[in-house]
Amino acid sequence: MSVLEFCRTVQYSAPLVAMRASPWLFPVIATIHLMGLALIGGAVLVVDLRLLGLGLRNQPVAALAHDAERWLFRGLAVMVSTGLLLFMCFATKYYFLTFFWVKMAALILVVIFTLSVRRRIAMANDADVSPVRCKLVALVSLFLWTTVAVGGRYIGFP
Amino acid sequence: MFLGVLMIHVLTVSVFVGTAVMIDLRLLGRTMTHVPASQVIARLLPWSEAGFVVMVVTGTLLFYASPLARYENMFFRMKMAALVLALLNAWLFRRTAYRRVAEWDLDPVPPRRVRMTGAVSLALLATIITTGRMMAYSAYWFG
Repeated sequence: MSVLEFCRTVQYSAPLVAMRASPWLFPVIATIHLMGLALIGGAVLVVDLRLLGLGLRNQPVAALAHDAERWLFRGLAVMVSTGLLLFMCFATKYYFLTFFWVKMAALILVVIFTLSVRRRIAMANDADVSPVRCKLVALVSLFLWTTVAVGGRYIGFP
Repeated sequence: MFLGVLMIHVLTVSVFVGTAVMIDLRLLGRTMTHVPASQVIARLLPWSEAGFVVMVVTGTLLFYASPLARYENMFFRMKMAALVLALLNAWLFRRTAYRRVAEWDLDPVPPRRVRMTGAVSLALLATIITTGRMMAYSAYWFG
């Protein structure tokens, strides 16, 4: 089964047909998706601003990163679960949108980057990491998250 | 052009609401409990305020794209009401509990009154996001 066929099967399965038939279900799920955006935004910014030498710069990065990570994961859980539903609703439409695939690629990249490089840098002792590397990590993280968000907004436009 | 402004408006949610949520969670004692509350507020509020300015500027532009339709939109009115209440909540906090911040600054979980401020703020921010998103569906809900 090709990816497109899979999209079609999902989109026209009974639960998704029922979801599209409801005039308010999609908007409500999209709203929860937006709240997830806010949560991820806050959790990412607290750490990335700190890595850039802004925000809570009197605090050690590791402690902030440890605290923020829990809310980042919660935000991601909200985003991914609602995002899956939104995708399945119009899967064949998104399949043909370049921005959708750009967003998915950026999302996978940023999750891998966050769990590997960014986590190692953020959890390290502040003295062990050069400020330039911290800033670079923060910029890459912010760039990738922005790509995810911009892609997300684009695929929603008519 | 309209879509460009709308994009900035929506994506700045992550900055404005995002940093505000982190402050609220600190007031609720749910994150960064080892950081003094006053420090979280002092260091993150400027970012939230900067995001808020972008929200208001882009929001005003979006409003003037079709002012009558927005004015008549019930969700728009609810959103503006929630916005006023959120500002009022922050102002009241500043005038009351925050004046005695030294008494609870280091508490991992601040006193009940402070937690109320955080909870009310979170609820109002959620209302603003919800009503903002629902503005596009006003015709369905209110004919």
